[in-house]
Amino acid sequence: MSELIDVALGVVARARPGEGVEAYVARGHDTEVRAYGGEVEQLASASSSGIGVRVVLADPGGGGNRVGFAWAGSLDPSVVDDVLADARDNAAYATPDPDVALAEPDGVVAAELDLWHPDFAAASTDDKVQLALDLERMVRGADPRVRQVDSADYGDASVEVALASTTGIRAATRHTSAFLSVSAIASDGSSTQTGSGFSVGRAASALDPKRAGDDAVERAVRLLGAGKARSGRCSVVFDPRVVSTLLSVVSSALSGEAVVKGRSFFAGRVGEDVASPSVTLVDDPTDPRAYGAATFDGEGLACRRNVLIDAGRLRGFVYDSVSARRAGTVSTGSAVRGGFAGTPGAGCRALLLSPGELDQTAILHAVGDGVYVQSVTGVHSGVNPVSGDFSVGAEGLMVRTGVFAEPVREVTIASSLQRMLQSVLFVGADVEWLPGPAAGQTLAIADMQLSGT
Amino acid sequence: MPPDAPLIEAPVLERVLAAAVRRGGDMAEVFAEDRQTSGASFDDRKIEELTSGRERGAGIRVVVGETTGFAHTADLSEAGLLAAAEAAAAIAREGGGGVRTVALPARRPRPSRVEMLPSTVAKSTKLELLGRADEVARAAGGAISQVSVSYGDARRRVLVASTDGVLAEDDQVRTRFNVVCIATGDTGMQTGYESTARTVGFELFDQVDVDEIARSAARRALSKLSARPAPSGELPVVLAGGSGGILFHEACGHGLEADHIVKDASVYVGKVGEQVASPLVTLVDDGTVSGEWGYYAVDDEGRPAARNVLIDHGVLTDYMWDWLRAKKAGRVSSGNGRRQSYQHLPMVRMTNTFLLAGSEDPDEIVAQTPRGVYVAKLGGGQVNTATGDFVFGTTEAYLIEDGRITEPLRDANLIGNGPEVLRRIDAVADDFSMTPGTCGKDGQSVPVGCGQATLRITGVTIGGTAA
Repeated sequence: MSELIDVALGVVARARPGEGVEAYVARGHDTEVRAYGGEVEQLASASSSGIGVRVVLADPGGGGNRVGFAWAGSLDPSVVDDVLADARDNAAYATPDPDVALAEPDGVVAAELDLWHPDFAAASTDDKVQLALDLERMVRGADPRVRQVDSADYGDASVEVALASTTGIRAATRHTSAFLSVSAIASDGSSTQTGSGFSVGRAASALDPKRAGDDAVERAVRLLGAGKARSGRCSVVFDPRVVSTLLSVVSSALSGEAVVKGRSFFAGRVGEDVASPSVTLVDDPTDPRAYGAATFDGEGLACRRNVLIDAGRLRGFVYDSVSARRAGTVSTGSAVRGGFAGTPGAGCRALLLSPGELDQTAILHAVGDGVYVQSVTGVHSGVNPVSGDFSVGAEGLMVRTGVFAEPVREVTIASSLQRMLQSVLFVGADVEWLPGPAAGQTLAIADMQLSGT
Repeated sequence: MPPDAPLIEAPVLERVLAAAVRRGGDMAEVFAEDRQTSGASFDDRKIEELTSGRERGAGIRVVVGETTGFAHTADLSEAGLLAAAEAAAAIAREGGGGVRTVALPARRPRPSRVEMLPSTVAKSTKLELLGRADEVARAAGGAISQVSVSYGDARRRVLVASTDGVLAEDDQVRTRFNVVCIATGDTGMQTGYESTARTVGFELFDQVDVDEIARSAARRALSKLSARPAPSGELPVVLAGGSGGILFHEACGHGLEADHIVKDASVYVGKVGEQVASPLVTLVDDGTVSGEWGYYAVDDEGRPAARNVLIDHGVLTDYMWDWLRAKKAGRVSSGNGRRQSYQHLPMVRMTNTFLLAGSEDPDEIVAQTPRGVYVAKLGGGQVNTATGDFVFGTTEAYLIEDGRITEPLRDANLIGNGPEVLRRIDAVADDFSMTPGTCGKDGQSVPVGCGQATLRITGVTIGGTAA
């Protein structure tokens, strides 16, 4: 860990007078195992490291600052020198902008989070292989209708990051993660369906293979015999996993960067009722249960809890330091970056809808008739966080008189994100912490368009 | 290092490969890669940022029976490579291979044939293109409220060596440019996107008109301001030539990848020789089309790219193969083994996948469609290869009424089942063109091309909000 911060400080120390320099240094180790047919199909294990450097130059004409970025997948000293030189050269070409600057320490103290699982290093490669093999065997044996398990994977990663800048930022953080993921193919002779299941935690010991396996089997088997449904308007009950996916799309419209650049349907609506009163949405990376929990953001500021929608009313957005300056506010500690090769932008890490009173069964009862959507497809091609237009492929089960009825596939569900937020009927009590920037829970939304036959 | 020097010298490769199979193994392979990228973004009327990146390393795999061991390193010294070989070989538990010498054939460098290496072009020249596109897009209409333009280039030198006697190199240069516009009106905001991307150098901009790309993106955003909700239910759909061709990529491309086939996870298993599509469908995957986004000289397993006919007049002729799946099937790879980077294992991937042109007049196809949807531009898509169900999104579409293209429609996904939709293609025109895209599979992204002429599907479910 200390060698990473030393690399970062070494780069920062080479800043020329008047120059801002930020170095983000990361090192990771990951292992991936795929089981197939009772054998190890693939086993990969490797370390990697790299650096990303931003240089900020003041415009001699007083027009603002210019930023340039460069990265490399190596911490070799000569490569690091080249990266700094490239970033400096790149900066000379940017348009001067008074809002461009490196983050400055803001005095917010980082939460004490235990994101490095003590058992992580204790798991041997054999343990990991065994988890994947057991998972595959369990799913194959769970139901005679499971005819294939096309992937049963174990994966883990440990990541260490250090960040330093000429503005006085010093941050070091590390975390571990582990997952199991399985995909089952079920057949009843005439119909084939698939289902996936997974389990996530911070170490192999924290994973639940049975839950991942049962989930995959149940999801595949209950869709057998599915057909198209008749088109029409109906209430839709979304599975927690789908809700997590949908929230991550909504989160791009809550990015202060999207807002200040006029790319969010939430722009200009702070203080307005943008959702049903049952919707309270908070991004809290200091909640250690969240997959995206973090102590520091992508600019080295402390992560913090940000209330975005409170009982249906839009309260604000998440900002990194540049988008905050553009908006005339301060960073919410929400800079996110895609590793050392990415530059920071504003984004959510740990969204959660405040849980309601009802579990899934109770929500189905309360909704009465509609469709339960188990999984969606085409989210990147059919959900637009700028316009809010929403159209996704869906499969799941019809809901009749409050319970699951016949399975349905090859249909779409459509509306707009704006309208969906206003039409939330129930937010589930059944919070699931899932990979990605948002937790999931059952969510019922009224009056969506189902398209089938 | 001189630009034409190999990433790793042959004697080092031979020693590393020998070490990798020291304790046994059917095959060992070193994949080395040196990648340099540069990018620039123009957003909110400003040159926001220039970026440069470099990455270099090697991935080593050792295959023993059904198991593949894999490790990678950013250290291309002999010591670094030997350590990675050791790690990859650690899965070779069966052992018993004994000492084996590895002899590689003579080197055949394959220098890039691009006319203008992007690294030799002044940054200011690249930036001029961005500013111009911004200006042209904003001039397209007062309702254009935001424009984002981005440029990127990448040079990827690869070297593959294996105990099968493979020694191959490639030098791949790719350049891309895209424009995203936002238009704002009474009905809210709409987006329009257009891009160009080819496996060429900076001469890309002698081949394409940046102004036209900017105008297309702007027009798309503007036209959707007055768009009505897309219909729901099943309707005939006419896909314009050059609209994306993603239909075939999703409806059958992925399902014809042999990794899905050997695991019985595709609706196309066991269908070779059968009629799986309308007789109008002849589908080709061709990595040899020079300059296209999915072009390369050799794949990431050292196999030369090839032209493979997948469906011939509706009859399934073959799947796409990489080394591992071909070996299981007792045949040779079709040149479709690809990987995102040296940190990834190769798998079966498409290259440039396209439907051969037909003979009809595109306007006639529309004229003979009483009611339906005309899709001028597609976005992305997704498929479940085991069930064949797939979606693809529209980013520019119109209603067809009485054989005429009428009102613009808001974006929507279309959903269908691969084998069913392929049978419902009842017209293919002569106006073929290709479109670049990025294909994601199992966490890895690779550049691909998709192509088709204007065609009609007699019925697809449209995922709109209108009744």
